[in-house]
Amino acid sequence: MSPLLILEQVLNGLQLGVMLFLMAAGLTLVLGIMNLVNLAHGSLYMVGAFVAAMVARWSGSFVVGLLVALPVTALVGVVVERVALRRLYERDHLDQVLATFGLILFFNEAATMIWGPRAVYLDGPSWLSGAVEIIPGAPYPAYRLAIIAVGLAVAVLLYLLVTRTRLGMLIRAGASNREMVSALGVDIKRLYTLVFGLGAMLAALGGVMAGPIYAVEVGMGEHILIQTFVVVVIGGIGSVRGALVGAVLVGLVDTLGRAFLPGMLTLFLGPATAASLSASLASMAIYILMAAVLVWRPSGLFPAHG
Amino acid sequence: MVRRTLLVGGLVLALALPPLAAAFGLDYVVGVAARILIFALAGVSLNLILGYGGMVSFGHAAFFGIGAYVVAILSYHADQGEPLLTWPLVIGGSELAIIAWPVAMLVCAVVALIIGAICLRTSGLYFIMITLAFAQMLFFFFVSLEPYGGDDGLSLAQPSRAWPFDLSDDRQFYYLVLALLLFILYLMRRLIASRFGLVLRGIRENERRMQAMGFATYRYKLAAFVISGAVAGLAGALIANHTEFVSPSFLDWRRSGEILVVVILGGMGTLYGPVAGAIAYLMLEEVLARWTEHWMIILGPLLVLVVLYAKQGLWGTIEKMSGRR
Amino acid sequence: MKLQLIALGLAGALLAVPAGAAEPVKIGMITTLSGGGSALGIDIRDGFALAIGQEGGSLGGVPVELMAEDDGRKPEKATEIANRMVERDKIGIMTGIVWSNLAIAVVPKVTGKGVFYVSPNAGPSKLAGAGCGPNYFNVAWQNDNLHEAMGQYVTEKGYKNVYIMAPNYPAGKDALKGFKRFFKGDLAGEVYTKLGQTDYAAEIAALRSAKPDAVFFFLPGGMGISFLKQYAQAGLTDKVPVFGPAFSFDQTILGAVGDAALGVINSSQWNKDIDNPANAAFVADFQKAYGRLPSLYASQGYDAARLIGSALMAVGGDVSNADGFRTALKKADFASVRGKFRFGPNNHPVQDIYVRQVVKEGDVLTNKIIATAFTDHADAYAAECKM
Repeated sequence: MSPLLILEQVLNGLQLGVMLFLMAAGLTLVLGIMNLVNLAHGSLYMVGAFVAAMVARWSGSFVVGLLVALPVTALVGVVVERVALRRLYERDHLDQVLATFGLILFFNEAATMIWGPRAVYLDGPSWLSGAVEIIPGAPYPAYRLAIIAVGLAVAVLLYLLVTRTRLGMLIRAGASNREMVSALGVDIKRLYTLVFGLGAMLAALGGVMAGPIYAVEVGMGEHILIQTFVVVVIGGIGSVRGALVGAVLVGLVDTLGRAFLPGMLTLFLGPATAASLSASLASMAIYILMAAVLVWRPSGLFPAHG
Repeated sequence: MVRRTLLVGGLVLALALPPLAAAFGLDYVVGVAARILIFALAGVSLNLILGYGGMVSFGHAAFFGIGAYVVAILSYHADQGEPLLTWPLVIGGSELAIIAWPVAMLVCAVVALIIGAICLRTSGLYFIMITLAFAQMLFFFFVSLEPYGGDDGLSLAQPSRAWPFDLSDDRQFYYLVLALLLFILYLMRRLIASRFGLVLRGIRENERRMQAMGFATYRYKLAAFVISGAVAGLAGALIANHTEFVSPSFLDWRRSGEILVVVILGGMGTLYGPVAGAIAYLMLEEVLARWTEHWMIILGPLLVLVVLYAKQGLWGTIEKMSGRR
Repeated sequence: MKLQLIALGLAGALLAVPAGAAEPVKIGMITTLSGGGSALGIDIRDGFALAIGQEGGSLGGVPVELMAEDDGRKPEKATEIANRMVERDKIGIMTGIVWSNLAIAVVPKVTGKGVFYVSPNAGPSKLAGAGCGPNYFNVAWQNDNLHEAMGQYVTEKGYKNVYIMAPNYPAGKDALKGFKRFFKGDLAGEVYTKLGQTDYAAEIAALRSAKPDAVFFFLPGGMGISFLKQYAQAGLTDKVPVFGPAFSFDQTILGAVGDAALGVINSSQWNKDIDNPANAAFVADFQKAYGRLPSLYASQGYDAARLIGSALMAVGGDVSNADGFRTALKKADFASVRGKFRFGPNNHPVQDIYVRQVVKEGDVLTNKIIATAFTDHADAYAAECKM
């Protein structure tokens, strides 16, 4: 096992982590600020990917697809917030889990009816189709580097938004004291709608960026949704910084587990047993990580507040 | 009054269902009814921690699935004549309900003890998510459990032998499930009315106060979690006999969601709520699925509406009408 | 319900022959029409319904009624639908199940009650070997068949060092076992991935460093789509050729993979360019009726219907003549869209398996047959079947 391969796998882990962060950022924002558990976040991710795929096919351009998918998904998010979720802010998490579970069923079936039961095509822009040899002998897909760049840019922008802008100040204030912000004459309902729209847009960004490397199909959001919750919970609910750290941690554990467990286990067991056992362990690795983190820190690594 | 009428009427109907179905030539209904009662039992088990203890477990399907697997695995070993364990002691399989079902409950109780001991250190959303994480872990465990079929699942050679019942007969199976459900409901009623139940409900309302009053709330919650897991294991043992097949799909996270829905739809924190919820949910699914293959597009928004406007659930509403709450 | 409408509509549109006065023979179809994997179930149903439509509501001259229901991919739901169909609707013929686990749950139960089950897709080894039965017929393949064909072909082409991968579940293990049964070279690696995995960067990196001269993979559905896209992006498509069974290169999937699949070689018992009248009629009518190219699954549903039709004709629509119906099914006296077809001793296909390549016809990606991997290939479990 060469050190270069280890380096490449670490890079793969980081990249998966950034991908997960793109998903987790919107989720943790909505969760932390509005205290809303939105299982349908994965559905918005799916909507974003499907819309981008549709538009990209018409226009022939991934970038146009991306630029259309973001506002469209944000709009879908705003409508869902206005119609249903708005009434859930004062309710407990259980109600939110159930209602948004219902929304998942709705979105999946709606997507099947609109786009059909088959997976659809979405490819990245041609100028990102090549590979860059950042590690000698292992050309790295340029598109994956682009995902890392977009993910880090989102992290920085979110950080600036929350810490430096008036909107961010209101968001932070709204999170800690709804009544106070309302008393200051700020329309808290509009603020929340705005934040939810932003969260939906981030979900769409995740979905569109994932489209060229993953299958764009009905139900694509659910699989990644659970991983995203693992990320958010490990990082600490509501913390953008926690989401980033959690995402990278999950990405690394998952990737390195898949990459190196088989080899390590072969040292002790027969190759067939090792292959099978390591696959099982790799499937469970991120959940074991989450349980371990919560045993150690019941509120995640970076508890946001309270 | 309404409540009493419904309870008595429901019981009479439940008892009379098999002969009625036979009279109308609808024997298959008995099988459907048995499945509904099994899901009701799973709902009742979740209701103990969710409705009375305020613990939102999003991983209850794990116990349901483990219970089912224990029965199937024991039956498999009995059928093959291979012992399950040869060291440190020889343990064989069993097709006897009197052995397999309690073992299923016991295994679930032990697993619930371990999972609960870890999960109950957290609360709120963290609790929801960590229970989900454990269920996912177990799901993948069974997917890769090759000797017992992995994702393909495992067929039961025959249903458990539960003398004097013949479980391959739909009616006898139905009556046994009904009897078990009634028995568990009776135990639940006693449990909830007991001091233990009072403390549990107290914890749901205000855990700090209960702590201040000197109750070791963690232990009470853990005990409830273990009982709940064991009862879910019984429901799992029954579903394994109903389907005569088990597979990891019994532990799917969506199934945990469905059990939650059963409890909420019926009315959490009411004794008979999960039963009403299971009847309503599974019937709804049947009717919608036969009406259109896009049934989920109706069921989804319906769930949202229930959460928004009918939070007390079906039985909760009935209890309220009867002035019980 | 909807399906009956489709079938009736097709009947009217295509032939406009009035159905006979006799009570139609009911055929129960349990398949996956909602949620993940519903594309497969829908294609099986549509292929089946097409055959009925072509005959104006009949199969083999016997009026039939197709009752299709959604199992939602849940075993307990599938068994319950099966029970209802047997007990209430007195159905004697069933078909439709897509997944091996559901087939294992349902098939022994219904065939035990004297029902005939014709599998249009799933062919788990359990039901081909010791668990076989006189009333169970598989008209598609035994699960290992297509993988075995790739093992044979890859060996013939002289590849010596192959990297193989599949998801960590029984169908995946069987796939690699099937491949290895006929592959004579060395393995550069044997990897089991997570079920439902989306990201394969780690596997691709490990694969590259193992320096194989070919890759064989079985990753059905979205997993295969993700893998192929990522494999192409890693720039490996031209360097290390990929081989796989038809499932990842089927018409239901190719559109989503795009050019990343172009040129890939895969194995299948059917393709739309197989030259026989039955296939030509099937492909043309399917496109006319549904406005899309038929998939492998649609062809299997269609053949299931044709097989049932041939047996119905032999017994004049009297399914209660179980021995006659069974003998007629076993004869497989129908024009299969794949050409010649017969059943082995375990009621599983003995058939040719082809090697196809993904090509572009205009803008549409599809497959073209380039070789034959096996002639009259039977499965490895027939010997274990005691009937």
